[in-house]
Formats: sequence, structure tokens, C-alpha cells
Amino acid sequence: MGQGMNEATNRSAESAVLSVRNVSMNFGGLRALSEVDLDVRPGEVVALIGPNGAGKTTFFNCITGIYTPTGGEVTAYPRTGKPKRPEGIRINGMRTNLVCELGMARTFQNIRLFPSMTALENVMIGRHCRTKTGILGAVLRGAATRREEQEVVDKSFEMLTKVGLEKLANEYARNLPYGAQRRLEIARALATEPFLLLLDEPAAGMNPQETEELKQMVIRIREEFKVSVLLIEHDMKMVMSLSDRIYVMEYGRIISTGTPKQVGEDPQVIRAYLGEDSDA
Amino acid sequence: MAQANPIQHPTQHVIQHVKQAFVAAIWLAFLTLPIMVIRVDTVEKTVTWRWMNLAYMALGSFVLALAWYCMMERRDQSQARKDLETVERDSALSRFLSDPRFAKPLMAFGLLVAAGFPWFFSMYQTNILVSALIYVVLGLGLNITVGLAGLLDLGYVAFYAVGAYTYALLNHHFQLGFWTVLPLGAVLGAFFGILLGFPVLRLRGDYLAIVTLGFGQIIRLVLENWSAFSFGPSGISNIDRPGLFGITYSVEQATTYMYYIMLALVLLTIFVTARLKDSRIGRAWLALREDEIACQAMGIDNTRAKLMAFSLGATLAALMGVVFAAKTTFINPASFTFMESAMILAIVVLGGMGSVLGVILGAFLLMLLPEYLRAFSEYRMLIFGFTMVLIMVFRPQGLVRAKRKVYKINVEQAG
Ligand SMILES: Nc1ncnc2c1ncn2[C@@H]1O[C@H](COP(=O)(O)OP(=O)(O)O)[C@@H](O)[C@H]1O
Ligand SMILES: [Mg+2]
Repeated sequence: MGQGMNEATNRSAESAVLSVRNVSMNFGGLRALSEVDLDVRPGEVVALIGPNGAGKTTFFNCITGIYTPTGGEVTAYPRTGKPKRPEGIRINGMRTNLVCELGMARTFQNIRLFPSMTALENVMIGRHCRTKTGILGAVLRGAATRREEQEVVDKSFEMLTKVGLEKLANEYARNLPYGAQRRLEIARALATEPFLLLLDEPAAGMNPQETEELKQMVIRIREEFKVSVLLIEHDMKMVMSLSDRIYVMEYGRIISTGTPKQVGEDPQVIRAYLGEDSDA
Repeated sequence: MAQANPIQHPTQHVIQHVKQAFVAAIWLAFLTLPIMVIRVDTVEKTVTWRWMNLAYMALGSFVLALAWYCMMERRDQSQARKDLETVERDSALSRFLSDPRFAKPLMAFGLLVAAGFPWFFSMYQTNILVSALIYVVLGLGLNITVGLAGLLDLGYVAFYAVGAYTYALLNHHFQLGFWTVLPLGAVLGAFFGILLGFPVLRLRGDYLAIVTLGFGQIIRLVLENWSAFSFGPSGISNIDRPGLFGITYSVEQATTYMYYIMLALVLLTIFVTARLKDSRIGRAWLALREDEIACQAMGIDNTRAKLMAFSLGATLAALMGVVFAAKTTFINPASFTFMESAMILAIVVLGGMGSVLGVILGAFLLMLLPEYLRAFSEYRMLIFGFTMVLIMVFRPQGLVRAKRKVYKINVEQAG
């Protein structure tokens, strides 16, 4: 472990929006994550990189409540939302939907949209946890319900505009081209008003031009919505130019962390990426 | 380009199909040889060889198999065409029904006919229609659980039984009237829906289907065997018909009255389900059906959504149970077998999962056709099964494909 890493974690602990300490995850005998430390600060774009099978997606699943970590602490410090708790909220083991409601929204490596719903409706699902019409309200459709519904439509359409899908609003998600599906997932996550956006390989399967557009989009979104972004990505060009800090994971451990420049020069990282031989 | 199948010459296909059908026919003839051809008379101690049957068998199966293969090919071709198009085309039926120019007058006409039905048709016809309307509501109820929320419930009839026995027992022991028990039955249905919902929250697909199937059987077995409570297989008779401000009326008038009660309940159910479908709750159900993990990750409380779907479906079933008991004035457990659940599910699947209009059509088709097919009563189930298989193969989305709402967005205001 590099010297820089400990310094970074100590300095950032008090100003983080997400702080992960010592998180481990075992699947039976397989140790997919071991003692992972990671911080995301307000407005930061943090990248998590590493070879396939390193445990990156598992890490996302652990901090979004899909898995309960075997050990360690995951703490969120929501900047948005009503209950501002300076001591933070412990989220390991919290139900997935509550984590989302708290303000951490994610996308999936293998796209998980709602295929038989329209693009707009997919985004409207993201508004679910910010609205409250119940069965009775939906049946009676009073003034309050109609107002809320209109708000949901307007806001969702706005999100579609942000990712450039406004023309495809009424298309079924299953009929969208691949790149559009990826962007739709981002719009859906944004609709939940997150303080932290978790993107799992958003550029996977995109061509260089699409990747560049995606990068510009992430930059715009960060500025406009004041969100922090935690990004898993294989496209090194995108990672290096987009992220403020990078964590490198291998075999479930963080082997290096720092600015893109620091990480790029770390011999450990070079070895992990180029194989054992290059060390000699 | 020998390996590129789509550009094969059409006659080549036909020859291939003939070959396939021929093989199928030979096989079937061979397999059915012992039952179709050989007849052993144990009294006379003779064996008759009916070779003609073999020829009929082979010829019949050859024709059917050939027709089948040709139809399958047509289906695959239209499927391939559909995959190439981004714009989905609907069936002529659903296009016709969704066109406001036709839909509006059709709906008005339907309502007019419905309103005047008992005055123009016999009591017998009205009675059949009341039964069909009951299944419309049952179908719409199950459509919430299965069609919208994607929770395959094979024990739906249990909630129907809960409603029916609630009215029958309360009427028998305490002389409570129909209108008093109707809301009570609904509440009890919702309660049972949640009761079943809780233990199966974590189950999906096949597992859920099996547990709900078991639940349906348990309720029926309890009703059959706990005689002190439910009067066992002999059931409960002399259940009161719905009260009408204390006026006594004839059986014929009772049918008319029942018809209007059912018509009102159907309209209410259509109203409720149509509104729910495109609401915050309906969208949550759909998301749950489409991808449970993504649904929860986007902030929807899966537990709540599932329980709501279960209990709302159960409420409608229990309501219908009360109506059913009041209509027939006699109930016993035989009315609540798995066959009923399967029938209601068939209505939903045939009509089109998630489509309100489709489910209504499905209910009428499945309930009215058998009534008027009584002439072929021996083959009813055979025809029924055959039709279901054909529909599942050639129109898996049902008669009417469920459509999502198209939102008109005021661009100037939103953008
Ligand atoms: N639910 C699971 N059960 C068992 N093993 C799992 C499970 N999820 C992930 N793994 C294992 O954990 C390791 C890390 O996987 P993953 O997090 O998907 O890697 P990455 O996203 O970095 O490519 C892999 O070896 C994978 O097989
Ligand atoms: Mg992964």
C-alpha cells in the first residue's frame, strides 16, 4: 500500500459524502472484497478500476444494500434530503430502496431497464421515492395527485433532456439503441435526486465518440446537479481525464489510490495491469 | 449462401416440411398401433386388425403436422420481420380498438346494450352474462397480481372462496344481508391477501406459483373437511339474495337485479384498474414485474408493492365471492377448485397480461363460448386446451397487447 493512501483517507474522513472502512465480503469460501477503504468527497468524480473479477461490482452491491458486507462500515453523509445527520448514516445492511431514497443511485453493468415501459416511464420510476400518491389517491385522482403526476412527468422529461433522449420519450425501453439505454439508466438514477451517482461501466460497449459524449455528459451532470460520482470503468482514456481520484482494485483489495497521475506511475498498478513479468 | 437460411428457396422449405410431417405421421401411426389397430375381444377370444384406422391416423396426423410446420414458419418469418423494425406493429384488433374514432362509438354502443340487456334477452341469457361479468372482475383482479405486478398466483380462487363463505356463513348464522357483507368480504379478502403475501414475499416465478397453488388447495381442503365450520362438501344453501329496501321480488327480477349490481361492480373495477395502471402505484408494479432488483435499487419498496398487488387482487376476488354466493344462493367447496384458478389465469393470459381491455375480452370469450358450445360439450375441454396452445404459440402477448400511456409533453414549458 502506498504511503499516499493513508494520508488521503485520514484527511478526507470528515468531509466525505461516502466513507467506506474495512469492508469485506465473502461468498462462502471466496473472499471477493477484503478490507476495502474508500472515500468520496462532495462534487468529486472518483474512479474504481481494476481487472475483471477484481470485485468492483461486488463493491457497488455492498454499498447499495444488495449485499450485506461480511464486515466493515459503510457510512453516508447525505448533503441533500431532510434529515441532515452530521454523524452520518450507517448503510451496510440497509435495504436497497432505502439506500436509494437516502440519495445514492446506481446504474448496472449489464443494463437493467424496465423493457416494456417507455423511456419516460423508466425515468418516472426514479421519481417514485420522492412522491407519495397511494392507491386511494391514484383511484380518486384529486387535485394533489394530478399536480404531483404532472410534476413527475415534467421532471422526468427534464432528466431525459439532460441525457439527450427527449425525442425518444415515448419509445419502449426495449427498442432503444444500446448507447441510449445506457444513458437512460443514468437519467433514471438522476431522477431520484441523488447526492452520489454510482456508475458501473457506463461506457462498456460504446464506440470512442459515444464514450467522449458520455464523458462530457458526466461532467455536465456533476456541475449542474452538484453530485459526486463514483465510477467503475475500463476505458483508461476516460478514467484518466475525468476522475479527480482513482482507486485500483485487484483480487478484492485496493492496491493503489491517488490522482490519475500518481496511480499511473505506481509500479504496483503497472504490474497488476501488465502482468508479473514487467516488474523484473 | 447455403448457410443463410432466410434466403432459401420456398419450395425447398415445403419439401422439408413434407418430410418432417411424413416422419411425424409414421411415428404417430406406429405409436398408436396397439390402441388404434389391434382390438382384442377377451370374451370371443378373437383379435381384430383394423388396418384402416392406421391409414386414417397416418393421413390425419400428416395433414395436421404439415399445417403446423407451415404455420410455424410463417410465425418465424413475421417474427424476423418484427425484429428488423423498430416500430412495433399491433394486431388489427388492438389497432382497431385503440383508434378513438372506433373505440368511442363502440364503447357507447356496448354500454347501451349492457344497460338494456335484461329487457331484450331471456333470463337464461342474462344469467349467463352475470356469470361472465363475475369472471371479468375476477380476471381484472388477477390481472393486477399477475399481469401488472408479475406475481404468478395460482391459488387466486381461494380469495373467491373467502368472499363466498364470508357471506354464506354470516348470512346463515347471523342473517346479515348482502349489502352489509359486501364491504366486510372485501376487507377480509384484503386481509387474506396480505396473509398470503407475507410468507411468499421472497419467492418468485415457479416457487411463488407452487406456494400459492398450495394455499388454494389448503383453503379448499379446510372448507371440505372442517364440517363444523363450513358444513363440508354438502355446502350451504338458502343464502339470501341481495336485499332491495325490503321489497320481495321474483326469481326473474332477482336475475335482473343481480345483473345491474354486477354491471355496476364491473364498471367500478374497470375504472379502478384503469386509473391504477397509469399511476405511481401501477408503474411501481410494472417495474417490479420487469426487474425486481432494478426496481428496488430505484427506491421502490418491493414489499409494499407486492402486498398491495396481492391484497387488491384478493379484495376483488372476495367481492366476487360475495356476489357469487348471493347469485347462486348455494355454495360448496366444489365451486372453488384449482380448475377455477386456472380458468381465471387463462382469461388473463389469453386476453393479454396487463391490458384491461384484453382481459375483458378474454373473460367474455372463455366464459361465453363454452356456454354456446354446449352442443360439443364432450369436446369442450379439448377445444379449450387446443385453442390455448395455439394462442400461446402464435400470440403469446394475448389478444390485446398491453400498451403504455403516451405522454404529451409541452416542450416549451418543460424545456
Ligand atoms: N453472488 C455471488 N456469489 C458468488 N460469487 C460472486 C458473487 N458475485 C460476485 N462473485 C465473485 O466475486 C468476484 C468479483 O466479481 P465482480 O465484483 O463482478 O468483479 P468485477 O465487477 O470487478 O469484474 C468474482 O470472482 C465473482 O465470481
Ligand atoms: Mg463488474
